Amino acid sequence: MEKIVERFQFIFLVAGIGFFVLAFFVSGIVTVNAISDLPYTSLDEMAQDVSPYFTALARQYPDQFEKYYPGGPTSENYREALNLGRNVYIGEACWHCHTQQVRPVANEDVRFGPVSTAAEQQNELMMPQLMGTRRVGPDLSRESGFRSNDWHVAHFYNPRAVSPVSVMPRYTWFFDGRDPNKKGIAIVTYMQWLGSNVEQQ
Amino acid sequence: MSVAVQSPQKPFINIGLVRSHIIIGFVFLVVSMLGGILYSLQLNNLYPFVGIELLSPGRIRMVHTNGVAYGFIVNVFLGALYWVVPRLTKRRVLSDLLGWLIFWVYLFIVLWAVVGILTGHAQAVEWGETPNMFSPNGSILFPIDTLVMVGLTLIAIQFLTPIFQFGSKQPMYVSLWYFSVAFIWVILTYAMGNYLPEFIPGAGGATFVGLYIHDLVGLLVTPLGWGMMYYFVPSLLKKPIWSHAVSLLGFWGLAFFYPLQGVHHFIYSTIPMFAQFGAVVSTVAIEVMVVTVFINFFMTLRGREIAPVTNMPIRWFYTGMIFYVVTCIQCAVHVQFWAQEFVHFTDWVVGHAHLIMFGTFGFWLIGITTDLWPRVLGKKNWWAPVLHESVFWMCTIGLASMFIGLTSAGLVEGFLWKGLAPWEVSLQSVRLIWLFRTATGLLMFAGVLLFIFNMIMTAISPEQEHVGVGSVVASPVK
Repeated sequence: MEKIVERFQFIFLVAGIGFFVLAFFVSGIVTVNAISDLPYTSLDEMAQDVSPYFTALARQYPDQFEKYYPGGPTSENYREALNLGRNVYIGEACWHCHTQQVRPVANEDVRFGPVSTAAEQQNELMMPQLMGTRRVGPDLSRESGFRSNDWHVAHFYNPRAVSPVSVMPRYTWFFDGRDPNKKGIAIVTYMQWLGSNVEQQ
Repeated sequence: MSVAVQSPQKPFINIGLVRSHIIIGFVFLVVSMLGGILYSLQLNNLYPFVGIELLSPGRIRMVHTNGVAYGFIVNVFLGALYWVVPRLTKRRVLSDLLGWLIFWVYLFIVLWAVVGILTGHAQAVEWGETPNMFSPNGSILFPIDTLVMVGLTLIAIQFLTPIFQFGSKQPMYVSLWYFSVAFIWVILTYAMGNYLPEFIPGAGGATFVGLYIHDLVGLLVTPLGWGMMYYFVPSLLKKPIWSHAVSLLGFWGLAFFYPLQGVHHFIYSTIPMFAQFGAVVSTVAIEVMVVTVFINFFMTLRGREIAPVTNMPIRWFYTGMIFYVVTCIQCAVHVQFWAQEFVHFTDWVVGHAHLIMFGTFGFWLIGITTDLWPRVLGKKNWWAPVLHESVFWMCTIGLASMFIGLTSAGLVEGFLWKGLAPWEVSLQSVRLIWLFRTATGLLMFAGVLLFIFNMIMTAISPEQEHVGVGSVVASPVK
């Protein structure tokens, strides 16, 4: 009986299931519950107000825009571009080299802008979360309006053309020749969205 | 004589499964290391496949990390489990047919996951990038995570059946404690980490991602690794583990504290602070437990101090343990808030990850293979045992210099960022270190290729043509 601690049933139930469920509850459920009163914003709601940068893209690349987003910069097209832009961001693993969180330390608020809050991340474009774990390039959570559309287009086509010491890869498949295609317009739209839901200080 | 030597060909071991899993594991190791080297070339602006969508560096990086975890580590562990579990439970695993089913299904899943990642269907969960059809960029063609859940369940049934039959009636040996929990932990962890973040936004989802990143190391690789050490070290040293009480302490400490600390991957993030403080406290507690396990193994070495010199598997194991304890002490320090201010997001973390994944688990698996490979081929020794010496030093020097390089790069980046230097300065300052890192990676890769060359020659050349048979150094069986 004193050897019960070395039996399968005890180890499997206590350590295997019990300790895991305890940690799942303490670290996970309690934490999620603590921020559960923050309001959640869906993509449809966010796409109601079409971003001026999206409208500008329609003017800058009229042929490409009409080809991939027929009907002009409407709310539906904006929604589609935001969603695709986020999906490209995930699929190309942009989040491995760029973060989307400004920490309250290391002068990050001076460099990037207001410190991130849990409230601003309760939206559909942060589901799954894209906070990131490594910064080869800078944080992107305050990117909206920081650069022009032109800068982003040039940068995705060849990062070293506008930022000579950059180590970012070229994303030529975002382009038809030299004009952004559906993915290119979407990723620039997404870049210009990042942080636009945070009140400017 | 160790148990393993007495019964190399007992029918209750399926040698074919051991051999196949080890071979596939090393194939994926080559693929994954190649991916890592390619990605490091991007950081030097030397990437050879510019503008090719399917070989984009961002996607290759995910093949590197996932390939190492699911392709190399899991496969070689499965091979070793087919060798160890029947010996410790005195029973066959549930079914040979199920074993081959797992082998082929698992191979298919890993290959299909690589296709999914390279075609842009990766999931935004670090180390769980294997495509998930519930991810916004997912596809019904790549339901990899669901398939993995099925595969993990089959693996659990395969090994937990003999462990249950044996261990429900009598006390089990230490290795089986770790194996008993590893299979259920990985199923729970995988389900939590790959599904919940797709349905919980922001900080809440990040909590589960943190738990997943940490638990995949802590609740799959670590228990399997220590379970293997508790089997292979005493059997090769031909003496029991130093203290059973310390073994108990180490196991229960690990089981209790490990699952609690995932949030420490998101220090200073938007996750509520009480969760961050709790994770830091738990992290320091686990390092105390780790040191007890470390002491247990080094006290076991007493009276056999020469073994790491003369016995190659023992050398891989104990070097891995030293890297393990270095990683864990480093973790106890850099998880502190004052350190996170500087080292979070930098190359420091990359160095830390390489030290544990290659320095500890890679070394242990190479050591296990050094012991098992001639046996599963039915041969007495390696083709060229003396080559192990070169492999060991290439891997050790490569890894140690990579760790030192990346750690110093991390400090440079961290302080330049805090000092508000222009971003470009932080890139330029570590450019030479990144070149050095590629060189160290190539050294490790060359070591692994040499090891695989030795594996192939051992398999294809007749015994009498072996080079240096009887050499004391690097002899796996003494």
